[in-house]
Amino acid sequence: MPELTAEVERLSLTIEIGEMPVRVHTTDPLFLSLLQDRYAGFVSSSERAEIDFDVETTDCSSAVADAPVRVTCQEGRWTLQRGDFLAQWEPARRRGWIRQTANPHSIDAVLRIVHTLVLARQGGFLLHSASAIRNGKAFLFAGVSEAGKTTISRLAPPDVTLLTDEISYVRRQGTGYVAFGTPFTGELAKLGENVSAPVSALYLLAKGRSNRIESVAPADAARSFLGNVLFFAEDEELVQATFHSAFEFVSRVPVFRLTFVPDSRVWELIG
Amino acid sequence: MSKLYVARSPRVAARSLGGEMMIMSGRDSTLFTLNETASILWQAADGTTPLEEIVEQKICSEFEVEPSEALQDAETVARELAGHHILQISEQPMPQPSPASGASR
Repeated sequence: MPELTAEVERLSLTIEIGEMPVRVHTTDPLFLSLLQDRYAGFVSSSERAEIDFDVETTDCSSAVADAPVRVTCQEGRWTLQRGDFLAQWEPARRRGWIRQTANPHSIDAVLRIVHTLVLARQGGFLLHSASAIRNGKAFLFAGVSEAGKTTISRLAPPDVTLLTDEISYVRRQGTGYVAFGTPFTGELAKLGENVSAPVSALYLLAKGRSNRIESVAPADAARSFLGNVLFFAEDEELVQATFHSAFEFVSRVPVFRLTFVPDSRVWELIG
Repeated sequence: MSKLYVARSPRVAARSLGGEMMIMSGRDSTLFTLNETASILWQAADGTTPLEEIVEQKICSEFEVEPSEALQDAETVARELAGHHILQISEQPMPQPSPASGASR
């Protein structure tokens, strides 16, 4: 009599961003292959994982990726929800699950959210900014859409290592901050390098008719920072932590307004 | 007319930087920047000092303004801040727990 059930092979992949390994388990080999391509350069051989996610891929085609994100916590269990995914994560157990269609965008969003939640408790954050390393120092270039994040990334000379053109990953380390490369891309559609360096300055981008750097009043710096920090959780404690992190950051890292014309000469001012 | 008491909401985070008081609502992450008068009101809102006394001691002493006019303005500001859930208003004193959470720095 033939076997009626068969053991389904469980496939795993560890994605390490900002020194935080997250292991993803799936039974879908095509999805695994898709993740290997998507996170090339950030796939880790680490045995250790901060979080293990079981991913269940569904074929629901009505999923809407631009629906609002809801991130809530109840009895120590986070629920992450958008039109195209539903996920739960229990930090105490370091485990979670994700239900989504087999696409990289949904898990990308889940990873971003989880990283923001972890970083918020540690004084770090994800910032809507490009970032790059030059002469061993990391520089962040923050701004809203069209402010020039992708432009300044594209104009970077060869001695500059691009960490991201869209979402910067910053950890608190000692009395300073360290920026890490991320696979979170913007218009440039190019993964950042998986390296890190101490943050030397934050530039608030503005396009103009000349290249210039101006100082920014501390309160303006904090306001701009808060306007660019990625945060999704409906959680008072984490909102407060993120708020105070912003002030800590602007009190420790110089913040400037960088007005630039879109050509490579702007990089003469950086580094 | 009954006295009005104001207290800082424990569900916000607040910081003063470069002379500006910024407050973020823990409820919906909205960021508020208070003007000078509102900042004075916020800082003095201990839940036990009547608004009238705050106005008299902290605002009228600082600005050339009629006490009655200042009180009316302060009430308007207080009600506006309360509407955003960053300040609490009551006709009874609201003793505050010690600021162990460190929400306001």
